[in-house]
Amino acid sequence: MPSIRLVNVTKRFGNITAIKNLNLTINDREYVCVLGPSGSGKTTLLKLIAGIIKPDEGKIYIDNKLVNNVPPQERNVAYVPQYYALFPHLTVIDNVAFGPLSRGLCKEEAYRVSMQMLEMTRLAWRSESLPYELSGGMQQRLALARGLACGAKILLLDEPLGALDARLRVELRFKLKEIAEENDLTVIHVTHDQEEAIIVADRLIVLRRGEIQQEGPPSQVYNEPKNIFVAHFVGGANFFEGFIAETDPYGSWVQLRNGFILRVNETKWKVGERIVLMIREERTEIIKGTKIREEINLLPGTIREVSFLGDFISYEILLDNGDSVNSKMPTLLGIGRFRVDERVYVRLRTEHLRVYPYPPQGLYQELEVI
Amino acid sequence: MGRQRAIAEEDIKSKLIRKIDDLSSKKSAKYVVYASSLIFFFAFILIPPIAGILENLNKLGAIYYDPSLIANANLAIVNSFIMAFTVAGLDLIAALPLAWFIVRSKMRLVNFIDALVNVPFLLPTTALGYSFLLFWSSRDGIPRIFGAESLVSPGFVLVLLLHFAFSYPVIVRVMVGELLTYREVYEVAARTLGAQPFTAVRTITLPLLKPGIIASFLLSFARSLSETGATVIVAGNFENGSVFIFKNMGKVGEGALVYVSSVLILTSTIIFFLIKLLAPKLKFPIKRASPPIERKLSSYGAVKFRDGAAILVFLVLVIAPSLFVALPVLNAFLDGTVNEMVAGSELWSTFWRSMLISYAVGSTSTLINIVFGLPAAILIARKKLGRATSIIKSLVSIPIIVPSIALGVSLKLFWGRYGFIPELWVIVLSHTTITYTYFVESMSAAIEGIPVEIEDVASTLGAKPFTIFRRITLPLTKYAVFSGAILTFTRALGETGAAKAVVRTKDLQTLPVLLVDWIVNKYATSSQSALGVGLYILSAFIMLLALRFIIRGRKR
Repeated sequence: MPSIRLVNVTKRFGNITAIKNLNLTINDREYVCVLGPSGSGKTTLLKLIAGIIKPDEGKIYIDNKLVNNVPPQERNVAYVPQYYALFPHLTVIDNVAFGPLSRGLCKEEAYRVSMQMLEMTRLAWRSESLPYELSGGMQQRLALARGLACGAKILLLDEPLGALDARLRVELRFKLKEIAEENDLTVIHVTHDQEEAIIVADRLIVLRRGEIQQEGPPSQVYNEPKNIFVAHFVGGANFFEGFIAETDPYGSWVQLRNGFILRVNETKWKVGERIVLMIREERTEIIKGTKIREEINLLPGTIREVSFLGDFISYEILLDNGDSVNSKMPTLLGIGRFRVDERVYVRLRTEHLRVYPYPPQGLYQELEVI
Repeated sequence: MGRQRAIAEEDIKSKLIRKIDDLSSKKSAKYVVYASSLIFFFAFILIPPIAGILENLNKLGAIYYDPSLIANANLAIVNSFIMAFTVAGLDLIAALPLAWFIVRSKMRLVNFIDALVNVPFLLPTTALGYSFLLFWSSRDGIPRIFGAESLVSPGFVLVLLLHFAFSYPVIVRVMVGELLTYREVYEVAARTLGAQPFTAVRTITLPLLKPGIIASFLLSFARSLSETGATVIVAGNFENGSVFIFKNMGKVGEGALVYVSSVLILTSTIIFFLIKLLAPKLKFPIKRASPPIERKLSSYGAVKFRDGAAILVFLVLVIAPSLFVALPVLNAFLDGTVNEMVAGSELWSTFWRSMLISYAVGSTSTLINIVFGLPAAILIARKKLGRATSIIKSLVSIPIIVPSIALGVSLKLFWGRYGFIPELWVIVLSHTTITYTYFVESMSAAIEGIPVEIEDVASTLGAKPFTIFRRITLPLTKYAVFSGAILTFTRALGETGAAKAVVRTKDLQTLPVLLVDWIVNKYATSSQSALGVGLYILSAFIMLLALRFIIRGRKR
């Protein structure tokens, strides 16, 4: 069964380390999304698995066989690069048949299999067209059909939906998952689109500067981000700098700028320790009112900006201590509720607040997505 | 039976392909192919001319006893560079507006002008030289209108006009290509920010086109430096390096020829690399604008004037003198020279033999370049040698930079040591050296144009290296292979300098060398020379048309 295992893999290009001592296992029939900003090493990871480039250090196993020195044509891995690399001089059917023919299948069988693939991707009617005559979505499906026709059970997709318009992207992401399930494929899908990754992945891997930041089911990565970068890159988040003012057996008190205090549930921190607090945008609550209220985790502020995002409304609130909070709520609940310059309270519930150690290079450096 | 045989043949073919495929997967096989192409490059292209000069440096001493000879040699060398710089500069100034007109104008005339630009490019330079001589300096040419014997006598100015004309299409072609790939959106953005069209071109477009401008300047420079046959025809008393070697071959000791050749090779290589290194650092004056003046320069009238002047220069200085040779050729048909040719004489049998030699030499050297140049082009395009690739790339460009007659002298000295190599093969090898760069550079550019992902994907789909080459790389570059081959072949066919330098036996003279002999040494009447040139042009055109036809046929 096709599984993939990378053990202590490192890849360098001159002075740049694209993949740093990476360990990763991908199970049979798993649909894994690798998420990361540009230059994080996503494409390099795929090329290493496909055999297009070789690791400088470490071992790569496919089906428990060491493949470091196996050339791409013998790995039985289908790689679909970002802009598909369709062979411009071959027709749709010839593009698909290229793989089976190269693997030694007789002509009749190769074209029969290719036609099946085209039927599955609903492209059979365009079998005699040239790639440039197809729309973006069709080209994407052709690249997929070509990858699958040679019988590979591992599919490597590099930003497969990146070149498509938004609507098609949404439609095709489900189609991809469907095809993978129908054909018992093991898929590594590289993307920088967090929404796409969260929706299709069985498992999410967040990559940054060649290192895995976190891996796990999408809901876990979203709800329990391991570090500030993951919290920032996967979903919208608010961050506050502060330090631990007091601890007790049930939680801690965090001092923010200008004397604001917040209660958190975590107890592992030491008094005086510098930390960063995080809360998801949609988990903040805005409450109307100007009266002074003595509840915990209720911070006064003023609405600075209201943005309509379609399904959601986003409010930017300037807290009285100078910090800023973004709050997102469904349009149905949020529309017209607050206006710019209105005085409000923001509630940050203790169960939604997560605490991270203050990064040595500073918060803003840590949030950079490069 | 026939069907069975076809099946059996198909079977053998696929077995063979499979075997080559398996072989191509082996690292050792790849190394053999690439190593042999590199060995060929060093052993047959790069080292022979250098070694030929180095081994004969001891002959230099002899020329110091002849001060007038060394003075003439030095003057000729200086003249070569003055001419090359002047021509490249003037060509750039004159050809850029025409390239602009071809790309940007919507007039119907554009297609006609565009086709016409290729004319001097397609004519063998010897034929071009003869045409220029007749047009500017004979009673039957333009001087007749002014009632003069000659308007421009053979000498510096006529050489300048000639070099200007044959380098002109090179610059237009390169710049048209650059302008077509240039994204006009930058210029549009500049204009929306308030820049006059002239200002936008000066401050945005031209700086962005700088690599193309430098490349076309260098090509024009190298072409002027290298041309021999046509220059000898129109040079009169003017001598540049090539003419000096051509005229003194066999008359003075080898020392003088070695001296001029070595200085030309060394200096041109240094200048070439200096320009390549320093020119990209030259800055265009982009930080100042003079809106009132530039508004005037952008006006409808100014643009029309610029287009008109560019077309006029092109027609009067390039096209008319280039095509003029058609008249005396026509005359040769009327005055009985054709009958004399058909009847046959020693003169014409020499002519046909030379033509045969030229075609044999041209096609053999092209074939050698395809076989050994293609792997080298892949090595360069795919940067398979890592950091050494850029060094190899620079070394490959050397044969195009240095004057071909100087290369010829050094090659003659080098291969001359190996007396057992037949003279015809020395001629073939020298033509291979001269044309190697044309094929390898055009091929590596074409291969670079194929995204590397396409080959990567093919390999992940199970294709072995030979299948990738056969089914992906070659089909995608086959037109480039054909056009590279045509370029190499026509360049070999037109080569005079190197051919003159290496040919010892008169029986092995190539056609351009023979025609220069006919014209300069007056071995033939003017009518015979005209007919000879006409037949030369005709044969070249037929050859090109045939190749074009083959390419089109294959495209279908």
